[in-house]
Formats: sequence, structure tokens, C-alpha cells
Amino acid sequence: MSRRIIGPFNRVEGDLEVQLEMNDGKVTDARVVSPLYRGFEQILQGKDPMDALVYVPRICGICSVAQSVASAQALAQAMDLETPRNGELASNLILACENAADHMTHFYLFFMPDFAREVYANEPWYQPALERFKAVKGTAARDVLPVRAQFMHLMGLLAGKWPHSLGLQPGGTTKAIESQEKTRIKVILYGFRQFLEQTLYGDSIENVTGLDSIAALDQWRVNHAPTHSDFSHFLHIADALNLDAMGRAADRFMSYGVYEEQGEKLFAQGVWNGELNQLNQETITEDISHSWMHYQSEPKHPFDGVTLPSADEEGSYTWCKAPRLNSKVVEVGAIARQLVNGHPLIRELVAQSGGNVRNRVIARVLEIGLLIQAMEQWADRLQPKEPFCNHANMPKETQGFGMIEAARGSLGHWLKVKNGRILNYQIIAPTTWNFSPRDTQEIPGALEQALVNAPVRDGEHDPVSVQHIVRSFDPCMVCTVH
Amino acid sequence: MSEQARKPTLLWLQSGGCGGCSMSLLCAESPDLFTTMESAGIELLWHPSLSEHNNEDMRDMLQSIVDGDMELDILCLEGSVIQGPDGTGGFHRMSGDSRPMRDWINDIAQKAKQVIAVGNCAAYGGITSAGGNPSEACGLQYSGPKPGGLLGEEYRCPTGLPVINIAGCPIHPNWVVETMLQVANDEMNAADLDELNRPRSYADHLVHHGCLRNEYYEFKASAEKLSDLGCLMEHMGCMGTQAHADCNTRLWNGEGSCLRGGYACINCTAAGFEEPGHNFHQTPKIAGIPIGLPTDMPKAWFVALASLSKAATPERLKENAHADHIKVAPGDKNKNREDT
Repeated sequence: MSRRIIGPFNRVEGDLEVQLEMNDGKVTDARVVSPLYRGFEQILQGKDPMDALVYVPRICGICSVAQSVASAQALAQAMDLETPRNGELASNLILACENAADHMTHFYLFFMPDFAREVYANEPWYQPALERFKAVKGTAARDVLPVRAQFMHLMGLLAGKWPHSLGLQPGGTTKAIESQEKTRIKVILYGFRQFLEQTLYGDSIENVTGLDSIAALDQWRVNHAPTHSDFSHFLHIADALNLDAMGRAADRFMSYGVYEEQGEKLFAQGVWNGELNQLNQETITEDISHSWMHYQSEPKHPFDGVTLPSADEEGSYTWCKAPRLNSKVVEVGAIARQLVNGHPLIRELVAQSGGNVRNRVIARVLEIGLLIQAMEQWADRLQPKEPFCNHANMPKETQGFGMIEAARGSLGHWLKVKNGRILNYQIIAPTTWNFSPRDTQEIPGALEQALVNAPVRDGEHDPVSVQHIVRSFDPCMVCTVH
Repeated sequence: MSEQARKPTLLWLQSGGCGGCSMSLLCAESPDLFTTMESAGIELLWHPSLSEHNNEDMRDMLQSIVDGDMELDILCLEGSVIQGPDGTGGFHRMSGDSRPMRDWINDIAQKAKQVIAVGNCAAYGGITSAGGNPSEACGLQYSGPKPGGLLGEEYRCPTGLPVINIAGCPIHPNWVVETMLQVANDEMNAADLDELNRPRSYADHLVHHGCLRNEYYEFKASAEKLSDLGCLMEHMGCMGTQAHADCNTRLWNGEGSCLRGGYACINCTAAGFEEPGHNFHQTPKIAGIPIGLPTDMPKAWFVALASLSKAATPERLKENAHADHIKVAPGDKNKNREDT
């Protein structure tokens, strides 16, 4: 048996260390360590509630808008404030822009470069993967940066800038869009659609997001050579490396649901474990039995959550808390959203092989296309000259929560206000769920479970499979601990 | 390889921050970031979001820089330096290593030809040091507006310059790109930095310059809520007349800026911006007069001019100031002349 500590773990957002035990050609045990603590929940105590909108986006530079939207929703609930339809549409466009851009960044800059590693130099598929996906130097990075930057012009138009906009407020968005700006939004979306269809998919968005069974996906892969498009490239590599046999976790998936318009969500809320169940927010707790936090007698609901760091707690190994839903580990992310929302291909893939490296990436890549289609419709429905933002005053004593989906999964903010100031502000981020440590019952978090049985290739000290599994979750470590 | 032929090397480290400056930097355009760096011949030794290698390879590389076996021309730090708890640095240890990140940053800063603080956190502590500063965060050469920080006031890079503070939350991609290229080309001098060691290329400007709300400012036609078109200074906490940056002339993500997005400037290039001493979107006043007047304008003059211009505010501006879109368009005098 051998032990390995892997870190710094790069091409993830923020700092990550993974501790492994390996035996007989595979990983037998894993502990996930979040090594950075900043203390946003402590910083927020005593602040004016509206000032949360300055601080919380700065928890994370890659999920900045998601943090703003969750906070705005919590504040709106605390103020009992409704958002006009334009505000909903603009907010959805801004969040979807971040979400789609994050999926692109993950696929091209974080995930795919691992297939250009030297460890694969003898694989028959290696040379084109090296040329296309090599970190910094590959052709894909050069293609994608200008496209991403141009797509982000949506942020300039709708939110002033990205990251860290104050344009997302409890009652809507602060930038009223004029008709010529609406035209520009649609043109930018058209440009992005062209990239997706020509380069990422090599097929129409509708054809790819409409793949509705494993048979249809297999046929699509057979019809499209690796070099046809970046998605087909991935599917062929995934097939060659059996990425569907890597990184299975608890196979219980959760989505808070997101992109609300007049009471309907584009992606539904729920829990999926082979069948769809309702989500009860009151059963969410955070366990700190293995976190560097001051002792608590039992896990707490985030409305009553406490964040008091303590570096010397016995048996602890990370700054991350362990959120649980009804005492159970859940996995979050694009795969969970699409399972809960009922995408037929994703449901069939997970029924066949569970949540794994391949299926997580497929869900993410498909979701980019789903988002662009929705964005085109939201942009169409914007009504210039009609209001984008409502306003109200914050009661002296109140509370509220905001539960949304960031690119990486379920993000929740829980806020309590007393004497007009923030009494408590607790945040549970997507990667807090996925990369949580063990809980009181010694049940490991989702990634810790997913790493067990990761294959170790001959002569490997750092199994490349671990790199794939970790990145398949698209972790955001700065959100995780905050 | 001779000194002339060697490519300038760049190492990017992150500590107590959000990664948002890297994300903003990836929005660099015309050309993109990688092409820009290539144009200056900059060799990227490592960036946490972009590089292939990690783990031992990366730690060995850091050690060889500390040992003097590898030359480092530019060190960029993103995020604050974390000193807590109780000065141990334990709130951020390097992954895969038990040493506090603070100590690695310090060791490498002693070897780099030029150190650049990317973002307000690395420069002054920034958002991470807000509230009670629970992680004991500071900047590389400042703690808030106070000189010192991790490296101390006297620290100078081998170039003779202090740490260059590209303050902003986040940075504009071109602030970093242009500074990086100037440093790589040995074109950055002490005279190019302002009193807080920010590049004067952007810090000699005010956010007020080029603000679309300038006419409202002139006539004191003020917004009363976010999303109003009027000037955000009188009521909504806008610091644009004091904030050092070119956000409204350079623009963000194509055509954006905070002011164009419908919300106030919070002065994110300033040391200590994270604790303004009042609610961010509420202008503090004494006897109805905002405390934070334009930096170099005599107060009496400001008050006199403001009351004069308020008396002369056109109806058009009064009405538009409280709307989220233009309700009354400017009249066209020439057209009227033709009509008569």
C-alpha cells in the first residue's frame, strides 16, 4: 500500500489537495483537503444587508454572478420584493452567460489538456489531442479565448462588467436594455452559436441537445471522427479510456432549480436517485466533524450555522464543512440538473453507468447548447422601456434564503437580519457539496467516494485517472470554503 | 543561452483571493492573452488555471527558483497574503506542502526581478481584509493604505522598483497586459507609478472621466435609486470623482463599466476600499452635503457651483435623472430654425 499527497492541484479554481491511499493498482481511500480559509461569513456579520452584494460576488471570480444572484434572491425574500419580468429575463441572461462561459472554460482550459499529457504519448489517439488541447499552446485555447471574450460582451451590456457586477439587485437588474442593445445581445448570441456549431459540436445545437438515447449518441459518435469537432474528439477519447468506468460517487443527485421566469424554472428543482423526489430545504445541514471548525454538538441548518475556524481540531483535515441533505451525501452539477430536469440522454447514461467522468462532461457540454437556446428566447422577450428593477426597504428584522444553480451546481445563501444588520450569513456552494469531507457517520463526500477504485497505470506515482475524476466535477475551491 | 536571448519568465501565484483577476485577464482582447504574451516573448512558467503540470513538478520548480537555479523575471501574485491564524499563515498552506503560502511568496519575491500585485487583494489586502479581517490578510507591500504588508515598505525589486500594484477588484485585463509587457520590455520606471505604486497609465485618470452621467453631474440631477440615469454621487455613494481608474474611457467587456451598468463606482482601485465607513450605495453627508467631494476641488466652490447648477437644471435632465431610460430627448435647435 502507498500513500500520496497530490497538490497543488491546478486547472481547478482555487486551492486543492488530495490525499490518496493506493493498493494493488487502484486507489483505496481518498481525503479531499481545501487548504485556504478567508472567512466571508465572518466578514459579513454586522454589515448592512445590501452591502452583501459587494462582498459575496468576491467570494469567487468564476462564479461571481451566481453568488450575486443567490444573494439577491435571499435579500428579495427578506424584503418580500418581486422582480419585474425584464429583470428576470436579464438576470437569467447574465447568469446563463456566466454558466455557459464557465462550462467552456472548464472543457477547453481545465479538463481537456489532461489528454495531452505525456503519459498518453503511446496511445493511438494522442497526436491530434496534443495538437488541439495542449495547455496554453494547443490550437483550441487560441480559438476559444477570443470567442469567450466576445461572448462576455453580454456582461458589458447587461451587467456593466464581469466578474463582480453590482447590476444584480434583489428587485431585478440595474441596466435597462434599449432596443438597439437587445439587437446587440442577439447578435452576440448568434456569434457564439456559430462557434458551438462549427467548432465545439460540428453539428447544429438542436441536433446535439436533441440526442435522446445512448443509441443515438453512439451513432452520432460513429458518424463523427475525432477531428470532426471537439465534442466528437472527447467522445472518442472517453471511449478509448473507458471514462464511463471512472469516478462514480453516491449516485444521488440534487438540483435547486434555476432560471425562473414568471414562476416557472427552466431547469427544475429536485433530487434524483433513479427516480425523482422533492427537495426539502429544511433538511439541509452542515456537519463539521472533520472540518477545522470549533466543536458543535450536531450538524446545523444553515439559518443557524456557525463558522468559527479552529486549526487544531482533532480528526479534522479541511476547512470545508460537510453539507448533507437529509443526512445523505448528494452530488451536484450539470449532470444533476439535467437528470432532475429529465434530459432523456443523461437519464439513460446514468441509469447505465452512473455519475462518472464521461457522463459529467457530456452533461456539461450539452448544457451549453441548452443555455444558448434559452438565452435566444429570453433576449427576444426583453421589452425595452418597461421596468427592469423594483426597489424596497429592508425590514429591521427579517430573514431569507436564495437557492440557485451555479455552473458547478447548487448554491445557497441563508441570511438573518437583526437591528437592520446582518446577524448571520451562511453560504453552501456547489463544491462544498461535491468536495465535502467525511461526516459524523464517517461517510466520505462525493469526490472522496468517486476516487475510490480509480485505476493506477503501470509505473504511475500520480494516477492520471485522479486528475480526470477530480476535474470532471469542475471544482471551484474558492467557493467551497469562502 | 545568453541573457539577451533568454525569454522573460513569468510565474503566477494565487493566495487569499477569488481568482477573479485571472478570469478577467482571460477576457483580454485584440489579441487574446496567449497571443499577447507570445508577442513579448514571455514564457509562462506556471499559472494555476492554465498550466499542464502540478504537484511535485510545480513544487520542484518553485524550489529551484528559491535556490537560484531558475531565473524568474516577473512574479505575479493574485489574492492577499494570508497571515492568520495568530500570525502563523496556517489559513493558507501550499497544497501538497505544509508550509504557509505566505512563506513561499516571501521567498520567491526575494528572487524575482519584478513583483507585480495583481488586484486590490495582492496590493493592499482588499476584500479579504474586510470586516474584522478574520484571515489576517494583507497586501505584498501594504496593509490597507498603510505601507508595510508582507515585504515591508523598504523592499525593492532588483529593477529598483517597489511592488507594482495593479489595484482593482477585479483588474481590467489591459491594465495587467500593458504593465506586463512594459516590465518585460524594461520600459517601466519609478515615474510610471503613482503614490500607491499603481501604474499611472490607468491611475492618473478618474472614473468620472468619460462617465455617461457627466451632464447629470454638472447640473446635480441626481439618481435616487440604482437603475436611475441620474448622477449617482449625491445620494447613491458613487466615488467616481475620486476613484483613480480609466473605467469609463477604456470600458469593460466590450462596452461596459459600473456606471454604464447602472450602479455606483465603489473605488475598487483604492487601498482600503473594502471598508468605506458607510453603506456602499449611500452617500454619507454632513448638513446635506456629501462628505466625499472631488479630490482637488475647494469645498466652498463645489457647494456654490452645485447650488447654482441645480437652479439651472434643464427639465430634460430632471426628468431623465429619475428614469431608467431616456424620457425626454435633447431638442434640436437647427431643426426649429428651419421650421420657422
